[in-house]
Amino acid sequence: MNTTPAASDGPKAVPQDTHLVAEFKHASPLLSCRFDPSGQFVFATAYDNTIQRWHLASGKVAPLVAHDSWVRALAFHPSGSTLYSGGYDGRVIWWEITSEAPAAARTIEAHQGWVRAVAVSPDGNLLATCGNDNLVKIWSATDGTLFGDCIGHANHVYNVAFHPDGRTLVSGDLKGVVREWDVATCEQLRQFDAAALWKYDAGFGADIGGVRGISFSADRKLLACGGITEVSNAFAGIGFPLVVVIDVETGQARQQHVTEKKLKGPIWNVRYHRDGYVIGASGGHDGGHVLFWKIEQANEFFDFKLPDICRDFDLHPDQLRLATSHEDKSVRIWQMTAKAK
Amino acid sequence: MKCHYACQSPEHLLERRKFLGTLAGSAAVAAANFPRVLEAAMPELAATQKHILVFWLAGGLSQLESWDPKPKTDTGGPFRAIPTSVPGLHISELLPYTAKQMHHLSVVRSVNTKEDDHGKGHYCMTTGRRQDPVADYPHLGAVAAKVLAPENSPLPGHIHIASGGGGGASNNAAFLGPKYASITLGNGNPPQNTARPDNLSEASDQQRNLFRMRANEHFALRRRTADSDAFVSSFDAARQLMERRDVFDVSKEPAADLERYGTHEFGRHCLLARRLLEHGVSGVQVNHSNYDTHNENFDFHIEQLGEFDRTFATLVDDLVQRGLWKTTLVVVMSEFGRTPHINRFFGRDHWGKAWSVVLGGCGIHEGGLVGKTNDNGTEVVDAQVDHGHLFHTYLRAVGVDSTSKFDAGGRSIPIADPAAAPIAELLT
Repeated sequence: MNTTPAASDGPKAVPQDTHLVAEFKHASPLLSCRFDPSGQFVFATAYDNTIQRWHLASGKVAPLVAHDSWVRALAFHPSGSTLYSGGYDGRVIWWEITSEAPAAARTIEAHQGWVRAVAVSPDGNLLATCGNDNLVKIWSATDGTLFGDCIGHANHVYNVAFHPDGRTLVSGDLKGVVREWDVATCEQLRQFDAAALWKYDAGFGADIGGVRGISFSADRKLLACGGITEVSNAFAGIGFPLVVVIDVETGQARQQHVTEKKLKGPIWNVRYHRDGYVIGASGGHDGGHVLFWKIEQANEFFDFKLPDICRDFDLHPDQLRLATSHEDKSVRIWQMTAKAK
Repeated sequence: MKCHYACQSPEHLLERRKFLGTLAGSAAVAAANFPRVLEAAMPELAATQKHILVFWLAGGLSQLESWDPKPKTDTGGPFRAIPTSVPGLHISELLPYTAKQMHHLSVVRSVNTKEDDHGKGHYCMTTGRRQDPVADYPHLGAVAAKVLAPENSPLPGHIHIASGGGGGASNNAAFLGPKYASITLGNGNPPQNTARPDNLSEASDQQRNLFRMRANEHFALRRRTADSDAFVSSFDAARQLMERRDVFDVSKEPAADLERYGTHEFGRHCLLARRLLEHGVSGVQVNHSNYDTHNENFDFHIEQLGEFDRTFATLVDDLVQRGLWKTTLVVVMSEFGRTPHINRFFGRDHWGKAWSVVLGGCGIHEGGLVGKTNDNGTEVVDAQVDHGHLFHTYLRAVGVDSTSKFDAGGRSIPIADPAAAPIAELLT
């Protein structure tokens, strides 16, 4: 899920207290990572085309093997029983993840080319996918029946998210074009501008950008889109992290979150914390960072340096822990509360 | 300096013949069964003019994302291999259209140039030699213009088609001289300064030219010099070029072809290349930029090869259908390949140690595969070759004895690196 739980009376996260509590290693570099809804497991995808599931308490690992390429997209059914994975092989696979050895339960040839993101509707009935065929597709999350194609993007679609009310979804593409779709009809309702996340580098004759992270705020009023901006050299990856925040009601840009030190590298994912701030993870020439922004401020209020370049991050359902996945083959679990003395 | 042209010196009148004669002499020594380029064979050569078409994938195409995929290995990246029209030969899934044309092409998977620098790699691959502080060698296209172009062709023999608004002459013919240096068609536009000014009528232009010619003739009667002849020659060449300006106008091609090749710049450039070949240009290079993917190699190869694949496959098919395939050598090359290791930024870096080049057309076996890399592509394990072997192969494929020599002002210079030899398995 990419929506934010409402505030809780439980322990409060303090970003400045963030510290490492667990580190899990795999045999090849890692890509994406997600906590399951129960909060017991962290899943990470790898260069060897597998998905790895680690039990947070015991560290026990189980591989999920079925994709024929890298997997970048992970989403869970709200019940926690099913994982949906989207691969660069164009496939979306259903996994029953409560068993000791998770197995593929259903595979669909979802897109021509890479599947870049998957999302599950808040009620758990629908699955949205997007990819390099410039399409957003809506499926039955239960049996994989295709309900419709959302047609309109002219470029690779990098991300998709359901609005918390479940009636609409948004998708963002390579050029920072964000489209809002009616889930019932697949008709486009509105278009939002996050073009700051894209550049055509004429020197290299190529586009760089994309909505690499996407998230609604808990109050449903804001939509955050993360990526890279002000790219000066596409093929060296020289550009800066940026989160473009869109006011959902007006459809207008509300804020741009940047880094005070002009860190180099893209934002790979973005999440709203229930306590009212935005978290993004960047990974590039300046290494890996977890960045924290207050809603109305452009610069981060805290920058947490990671030990290795970061490829993705997720926020635990308890809102107190983070997972980061790394090129050094590790997924790391971070606790945002003071260390026990 | 005065020049005694009245002597009808063959050194001046038959410069090209002299070159071919040199070729013939060398060939006789080198290989008795080689199809020698004899002076006597010149009319036949003209009737079956040969061409060299180079696709220059600037920055360094990844062999792993193209001709030598290694899926499901630690270096393979996310792309799969797909079958081609050659049984048993697989290439990257990023080249589905090209895969259907592979029965016309041959792949060399065992290139080791030991060169990871852009400039030096470019020099190696386009001249067949390493850069030498005391010697300069001509670009393959310049050689093509020298040895393959008809003597009195009204068009330049060596043309590059590239992105960017610039254009003009280059300095890549070395001792062959500027006549054989490439003219770059920036953005696929006609050569610079070849359009008659709008305020000059055709009639006025003709009168002006007639007056110039008469003045030249009058001048030459008593004061002819090498400089004045060079001026006349250059002016005549420019005038012929202006008269054939339509050759560079790709809009003259059918709209359906423009659509088939793709409405993007590379599509137009490839259609222009076809047009130039059909009009007799000997050396054509189409640049496609850029593959220098130190960052996000996979996304960028989707974008670049997505543009390259269909257009290239269309051109190959067209050359076959139009009968140009047997007289046109096609080469797809870069300055080097890219590292098997995937760096921290999802990129691949420069890699001259084990990479691939593709050839096809004139003199090249169809559906061939030469050489092999190891399981994860980190080294060549069979039939290692370098730029020198490839350069010999290009020349032999178009019927030129690659062991022959150029006469550069009395200095004998091997046309290709004497330390290398053609790749025999590739040649018909």
